[in-house]
Amino acid sequence: MTETSTTDATTNQGGEVVLDVKNLVVEFKSGRQRVQAVSGVTFQVRQGETLGLVGESGCGKSTTGRTLVQVQAATSGAVIYQGTDLTGMKGRALRELRTKIQMIFQDPISSLNPRRRIKDIVAEPLVIWKRGTKEERATKVRAMLEAVGIDPDAAGDRRPGEFSGGQCQRISIARALMADPDLLICDEPVSALDVSVQAQILNLLADLKDRFQLTMVFIAHDLAVVKNVSDRVAVMYLGKLVEVAGSDELYRAAAHPYTEALLASIPEPDPDHASSHKALTGELPSPLNPPSGCRFRTRCPYAQARCAEEEPLLREVAPGHQVACHFPVGPAKDQVAPPAAMAATDAPTA
Amino acid sequence: MPDDKELLDTRSSSKMLANRIPMTAATDEAVLEMQSAAVDGEVLQKKPFGFLFWFALSFVGIVLFSAVLANVLPLQNPNFGHFSELNQGPSSAHLLGTDDLGRDLLARLVFGARVSLIVGFLGVAIGLVFGGSAGLISGYRGGRLDIALNAFSFIILAFPAIVAVIAIVTFWGASLFHITIILGIATIPLMYRVIRASSLAFAQRDFVVAAKTMGATNTRIVLREILPNVIPVMVTFSLITVAGLIVIEGTLAFLGLSVALPTPSWGNLINEGSSNDLLSINPLIMLWPAMAMFTLLWSINLIGDRLRQRFDLREGVL
Amino acid sequence: MKARRSGGRTLEFKDAGTQVGPLLVVDDVHTSFRTARGTVRAVDGVSFDVHEGKTLGIVGESGSGKTVLARSIMGLLPPRDVIRSGTVRFAGHELTAMDDKDLRQVWGAELSMIFQDPMTALNPVKRIGVQIAESLILHLGMDKKEAGSTAVELLRSVGIPSPEDRVKWYPFQLSGGMRQRVMIAIALACAPRLVLADEPTTGLDVTVQAQILDLLAELQRERHMAVILVTHDLGVVASRADDIIVMYAGRVVERAPTHTLFHDTKMPYTRALMDSIPRLADPSGVRLNAIAGRPPDLINPPDGCRFAPRCPYAQDKCRESEPPLRTVGSADHLFACWFPLVDGESTVPPVPVSLSAPVAPGPQSSGASDA
Repeated sequence: MTETSTTDATTNQGGEVVLDVKNLVVEFKSGRQRVQAVSGVTFQVRQGETLGLVGESGCGKSTTGRTLVQVQAATSGAVIYQGTDLTGMKGRALRELRTKIQMIFQDPISSLNPRRRIKDIVAEPLVIWKRGTKEERATKVRAMLEAVGIDPDAAGDRRPGEFSGGQCQRISIARALMADPDLLICDEPVSALDVSVQAQILNLLADLKDRFQLTMVFIAHDLAVVKNVSDRVAVMYLGKLVEVAGSDELYRAAAHPYTEALLASIPEPDPDHASSHKALTGELPSPLNPPSGCRFRTRCPYAQARCAEEEPLLREVAPGHQVACHFPVGPAKDQVAPPAAMAATDAPTA
Repeated sequence: MPDDKELLDTRSSSKMLANRIPMTAATDEAVLEMQSAAVDGEVLQKKPFGFLFWFALSFVGIVLFSAVLANVLPLQNPNFGHFSELNQGPSSAHLLGTDDLGRDLLARLVFGARVSLIVGFLGVAIGLVFGGSAGLISGYRGGRLDIALNAFSFIILAFPAIVAVIAIVTFWGASLFHITIILGIATIPLMYRVIRASSLAFAQRDFVVAAKTMGATNTRIVLREILPNVIPVMVTFSLITVAGLIVIEGTLAFLGLSVALPTPSWGNLINEGSSNDLLSINPLIMLWPAMAMFTLLWSINLIGDRLRQRFDLREGVL
Repeated sequence: MKARRSGGRTLEFKDAGTQVGPLLVVDDVHTSFRTARGTVRAVDGVSFDVHEGKTLGIVGESGSGKTVLARSIMGLLPPRDVIRSGTVRFAGHELTAMDDKDLRQVWGAELSMIFQDPMTALNPVKRIGVQIAESLILHLGMDKKEAGSTAVELLRSVGIPSPEDRVKWYPFQLSGGMRQRVMIAIALACAPRLVLADEPTTGLDVTVQAQILDLLAELQRERHMAVILVTHDLGVVASRADDIIVMYAGRVVERAPTHTLFHDTKMPYTRALMDSIPRLADPSGVRLNAIAGRPPDLINPPDGCRFAPRCPYAQDKCRESEPPLRTVGSADHLFACWFPLVDGESTVPPVPVSLSAPVAPGPQSSGASDA
């Protein structure tokens, strides 16, 4: 695919490619039919960057995330981590390699075993690989719990049911980091949390990313959240990438009508922010029978005849900015960004 | 407005609201959320088991203890007839009296417990070892293995177990060993189904996925992540099944299809004592084993139920 | 005060057309739960009113008591282990004095509720058309056929495509957004005068959230309903509520018309809630102003201002005596703070509250680590 080569040359100065996803396809059986949850997704993640993956539920973003850690098998395509294709791997080699890629889940309650103690849950990655003595493990568990803001003395002997959602999410993060991963896949890590707790977790992830030199793939449906943590954002719709750009660029000059709609749907905490009536209408079409041509055309306000006939491929519209659309939205976006909103956030004056 | 409206009103509106408004559940959650947010320093208080539980547990304990140590305990020979002491009531020589052949009823009751307990507990053990482990693996792995085991369990379940037992016993002879094995095999698919369902539910939770990404082997995931969550179901269901097998053995014995006389079992004791003439002459022969069986079954079920309550973690706290 | 009955059926509400004053008056409501550990004071003296056709936003974190407050207004509290006081007056009738039988006539018909999770709120084994029709037959005395066709119209009005076919569907056949639309259709079936929406869009995609909130606003305008929107996200109510109440630890800490609340925020907690929302306009990678710690234990709330342990501007006075809900200047802006913000800035210097301080399970210890 041509877009792969273009990405290479662009964005993210320096940084070697840690994760290279090539033409990833994931199919599920639904009765006799086959449903494509992911239909040919290609992207790269470079050392130290955070790639945001955003889209509505059902767009295949979580499936993509699960394929990256190989808890979901790919139907075709490749997931190349540090030069090794994970899709063909099996047994001990796979088990060992994928400790380098860890995952944070959406439901903090479900991601911790309710019958085990916090210190055992967090120590698990070390126990599995028989790393260190008992004392060394205990020390590392303490340090890691403290790093995520959990008091090891008060929490260690308790079970997950005694903690709030935000605290459980901190514990999951501690467990993931115990494996010394390079790459952290965060699958909607804050969408089950209150905004106040969400901010704590997002800040925590940002801190830990620096401290442990992590590379992240951050999956969410809320573009405001994704933009906050990501260097680059990939927008997914019905199994395909529709736009990839640096996160500020994406906000400033969204080229795909779908990205535009996603941006418009974010509730801004500002009463003067005119709720732009670009909110999406309708629902995600069934992946069993995706629309011909451009998959977004059924909900797109700008759809033309050509959109039904010919599928748009990802192409570069600006350096490091790719879009899959025949009629990208113009970069008149600057005027839409209301200066009032900026003022309200930075220096709140009446 | 028509009069019947009011009737309709209260009845169906309450029903409708009950459908529509998850009242207590959600409010409980709100309370729970606060409770758990408030947990501090102390361990969550657990509801005490209560007197009945301890009574039931001691009863089962005593029955188990005396059955296991029946040979060592100062009991009389259960098969020796004191022909001078037929059909006597309780006395210092015979605490529970004697039967129509002058045999000591206490000794017969205690030795009879052995049969019931061996069939109950050993039968369930067989079911647990084979059915339980198959269920755990099948629920976790899924796929073709699951489909095959599932189909197989249905085939065994479709067999009318009692008829099969009767047929086999009449064919092979009614020994304790045969009955235990047969009932044990009949338990396997039941255990399999219950444990598979539970295992399946936990296998889909995110902590299992997390364990995989940490490089845990399948064995470790089944033993460390899934099994501890399945154990409560396992224990409570096993206890219920123990009670069930004891009843089945009793039924077989009552029909004269269990352990051959004169070896006592609770079932054939009841059988003996309930023959028409004996029941009117000496009701104690039947009364003791019937009471013992009733109390044992009640105790086992109560223990199972209380344990289930205790195991019931309130998780979904967000 | 018992309502008059007409034809032995409905409580007389509709005659209140000439009624003046607010539609809903909540006066000093307290709701507590008896638990093994002690009494949880979930709602601790809340008063407010809602006028016909207006939207009130109630905002707070989990554990602030906002959900319990919503249920206290509805009268939907578990029968046991609840201590409640205060009054809720709706259209001139005292809901808190009504028994279940009378309340049932109000629920659905005059006052209805939209829940966070439509999957558990809808009956999974009934067709959605039947579930909508039920309440029409019940409260409006329609016959089956009329109710059926009205159900189709209602589904159309909440934006469900081909409603003629969808009435026959079961809840599980619908997506989350569609189910919430059905919930709204049921809630609005009998043209209630007040709708209580408890986190109606939490758990939905932002795109669907925008659709649902727009729909609710549109229907509200058409039908002149009052709406109470309960949420944890100030962003959700910012452009949709007329007034906003901010709740913290069972109490109202700030209450103002929306515009005033955002542009003349008095309570540091409200400010902190606003600041914790990531903004699109901010450059990526900007650090969010999270609020340290967690809400306090409602069994033993801290002395003084309940937000003091987490407040960057807390002074000794804040920890000693509890600030009353008061006004400065405009009468409709209430707040409970000894050192209110002026033009968004505090008059006292901030004391850094460290977020990285270990958070122990339980708010008491987290409070201690912050102090």
